[in-house]
Amino acid sequence: MNGFSFSRGPIDPAALAAGLADVAAGGFVSFEGRVRNENEGREVRRLDYEAFEELALKEGARIVAEAVERFGIRGACCVHRLGELGLGEVAVWVGVASGHRAEAFAACRYIIDEVKHRVPIWKKEHYLDGDSGWVNCERCAEAAAQPGHAHGHGHPHGH
Amino acid sequence: MARVRLKYYAVLREQAGRGEETVETGAADAAGLFEELAARHGFSLGRDRLRVAVNAEFADWSRTLADGDEIVFIPPVAGG
Repeated sequence: MNGFSFSRGPIDPAALAAGLADVAAGGFVSFEGRVRNENEGREVRRLDYEAFEELALKEGARIVAEAVERFGIRGACCVHRLGELGLGEVAVWVGVASGHRAEAFAACRYIIDEVKHRVPIWKKEHYLDGDSGWVNCERCAEAAAQPGHAHGHGHPHGH
Repeated sequence: MARVRLKYYAVLREQAGRGEETVETGAADAAGLFEELAARHGFSLGRDRLRVAVNAEFADWSRTLADGDEIVFIPPVAGG
């Protein structure tokens, strides 16, 4: 199964890998991005993912197509979770099947890097201390914000 | 004036206190619309940190608005 998709339930890497089975592919590389227990020194308890799905599906499909074109691989698939995830859960899975290993590694790396930079997906971290924040949106926003601005999500500054 | 549909995600959804709204705007382009709505909702992120999509495709901030357009301001993404 080629392409980019979202999953609201747990990702099954073995099933996804089976979907890329190809006897002409001598190389298969996969990457799992998992929910880590800390970020920038704060202990993370769980994550929420949300996406602008209509555009995300298009941009994700473009990235996979670019990888096929650029590296000449035989097949590639990326699945990203949405909703609430606990520690250790697979948040994103990338698999690439290719004639040889070098382009499989390169294409897998390309897909995960581009997905992280281009696809409209957002991650809210919930910390052990009860605070929460949108990754890449809050700390930098605070630095630029005027004093007394409407913060809007019910927690004090300081994260 | 154009009547456009907004959808909000992530930090902007929380700051707007809603996932979507329809507005009448006299803004000349997407940038002007953002400044109007940032003032109304108190968005903490400046336009330089965001991208904009019109009708589910990335667009330039100078994009002019038409009746029925669906606009999404895209905060810094964080997939993976």
